[in-house]
Amino acid sequence: MRAYLPDYQCSSANSLSEAFSFLEKGARPIAGGTDIMVLFDAGLLAPGDYVDILGISELKGITKKRNTLTLGALTTYSEVRQHKFLQTNFPILCESAKEVGAVAIQNRGTLGGNIANASPAADFPPALLVYEAKIHLVSSRGMRTIDYTKFHHGYKESELKKDELIHSVSLENHLSKHHHFWRKIGSRKAQAISKTMMAGVLKINKNVIEEVRISFGSVAPTAVRCTEVEKFLTGCPLNKNTIREAKQILLKDIHPIDDIRSTGKYRLAVSQNVLEEFLCGIG
Amino acid sequence: MKKLALTVNGKKYLLSPHPFSRLLDVLREDLKLTGTKEGCGEGECGACSVMLDGKLVNSCLVPVLQADGKQILTVEGLAKKYLTPIQESFLNCGGAQCGICTPGMLMAAYALNRNNKKPTQQEIREGLGGNLCRCTGYCQIIESVQKVGKTKPSTRKGKSRS
Ligand SMILES: Cc1cc2nc3c(=O)[nH]c(=O)nc-3n(C[C@H](O)[C@H](O)[C@H](O)COP(=O)(O)OP(=O)(O)OC[C@H]3O[C@@H](n4cnc5c(N)ncnc54)[C@H](O)[C@@H]3O)c2cc1C
Ligand code: FES
Ligand code: FES
Repeated sequence: MRAYLPDYQCSSANSLSEAFSFLEKGARPIAGGTDIMVLFDAGLLAPGDYVDILGISELKGITKKRNTLTLGALTTYSEVRQHKFLQTNFPILCESAKEVGAVAIQNRGTLGGNIANASPAADFPPALLVYEAKIHLVSSRGMRTIDYTKFHHGYKESELKKDELIHSVSLENHLSKHHHFWRKIGSRKAQAISKTMMAGVLKINKNVIEEVRISFGSVAPTAVRCTEVEKFLTGCPLNKNTIREAKQILLKDIHPIDDIRSTGKYRLAVSQNVLEEFLCGIG
Repeated sequence: MKKLALTVNGKKYLLSPHPFSRLLDVLREDLKLTGTKEGCGEGECGACSVMLDGKLVNSCLVPVLQADGKQILTVEGLAKKYLTPIQESFLNCGGAQCGICTPGMLMAAYALNRNNKKPTQQEIREGLGGNLCRCTGYCQIIESVQKVGKTKPSTRKGKSRS
C-alpha cells in the first residue's frame, strides 16, 4: 500500500443528515470503495477527510411504485443482477452489472459510485441513457431531480455539487415491446474495463423502426446518446442499406480516442460492427 | 481512535486501527492472520478475498471502518476439525502449486458453493473470474471446484485459527 495513512481521516455516517454535516465540512463520500480504494492503494487518493455512507438506509434498496422503479444509490451490481423485475423489464442494467469486474467487485461496487466517479468507461451510464433515467440528488438544501442525460457535463465533470449525494435513480417501465441490447468489448470477460460498449432499445412495426435509442460508452468524454443515428433510423425500414448508412452516421455521434486500453481506430470500427450486430439481430 | 468490533472466524476483537487501514492489513498485521494474501492491492487479483457478512469481497479495497460490527471469514476459518471438502478437493486435484492464489481461490469457491452446490464449468469460471493464478493454468482449479464433495470426507486435520 502506497498511501500515507495519517494523511486521511474517515468517519461513518448513519443517516443523511449526519452525512451532510460531514460533507459541509469538506469530507468526500466513500461507498463501496472500489474506485476510491484503488486510488488509495496506489497512493493517488487526495488526502483529507472522507465519510463512509454505506450505512445510510435512505440510500439503499430497489422499490417499485406503479410504473416507476427506484434504485437507491447504494444498490450494488449483485443486487441489480439478481433483481427479477429488472431482469424482465430493464435487462440491459442486469447484463451490464453482470459484466462489471467479478463477483467481489459486484458485491461492493454501487450504482451511485459508478455514476459519481464519472468515468467515460463506466458500465451503467449507457443503460441509464437508453432507459431515460432520472437522477435524484440530495443535500441539506433538499432533493432535486434531473434527467440523467443532463447529469454528465464532460470528462469527469458532472452536475453533482461537493455537498450533495446521489440519492437514487428512477426508471419508467414502458419498454415491454422493445428489443433490448447490450454489448461490452473488453480484453477479457472478467475484470475488464471496456474498449467500447453499446446499449440499445428498439421497437419495430412491420419492419419499420418505430422507436430507437442507442448509447455508447468509452468512445467520448462521457457516455453518449447517438441522436444522429437515432434520428436517421426512426421511420426507416430495417434492411441492409439502412444498416450500412447508420454505421456511417455513427461517426457524427462518437469520437473515440487512443488511450491505454485501445486505439481510436479500433474503437470506431468495432463500435460500427456492434451497431450492425444490434440492428441485424432484430426481426 | 474509535474502537471497532470485528468478528473474525467466529472470534470477537475490539481494535483501534486507523479507520482507513485496509481490512487486509488489519487481518495480516494486527491479527496475524497471514493466510489472506496481497497480490495486486487494487482489486484485480483476488488473492485478498475474504467473506464480509456473507459476501465475497477484496479485503484490499475495504477500509476497516466499514467492517465495524461485521462478521469476517478468512481462509483460516474454513477448516474445523478436518479440512473442508473444498480444501480436500484442491489437494486431490492439484488445485494449488505455489499457493499464493490459493486462499483467495478457496474463498471464491466457498462463496460460489454456498449458493450453488453443482456449479457448471461456466459458473465456476464466472465465480472465480476475479482470481488470478500464475501457476496452474486454471484447469486444475476448475476441476477442484467441480469435484468438491465427490471424494470421501477429509481425514486431514484442520488447523482452524482465529
Ligand atoms: C477490479 C475492478 C474492476 C472494475 N470493473 C469495472 C467495470 O467493468 N465496469 C465499471 O463500470 N466499473 C468497474 N470498476 C469500477 C467500480 O467498481 C465502479 O465504478 C463502482 O460502481 C464504484 O462504486 P463504489 O461504491 O465502489 O464507489 P466508491 O469507490 O466508494 O466511490 C467512487 C466515487 O463516487 C463518489 N460517490 C460514491 N457514492 C456516492 C453517492 N451516493 N453520491 C455522491 N458521490 C458518491 C465517491 O466520492 C467517489 O468519488 C472496477 C473496479 C475494480 C477495482
Ligand atoms: S490484493 Fe486485493 S485483489 Fe489483488
Ligand atoms: S498456485 Fe501459484 S499463483 Fe496460483
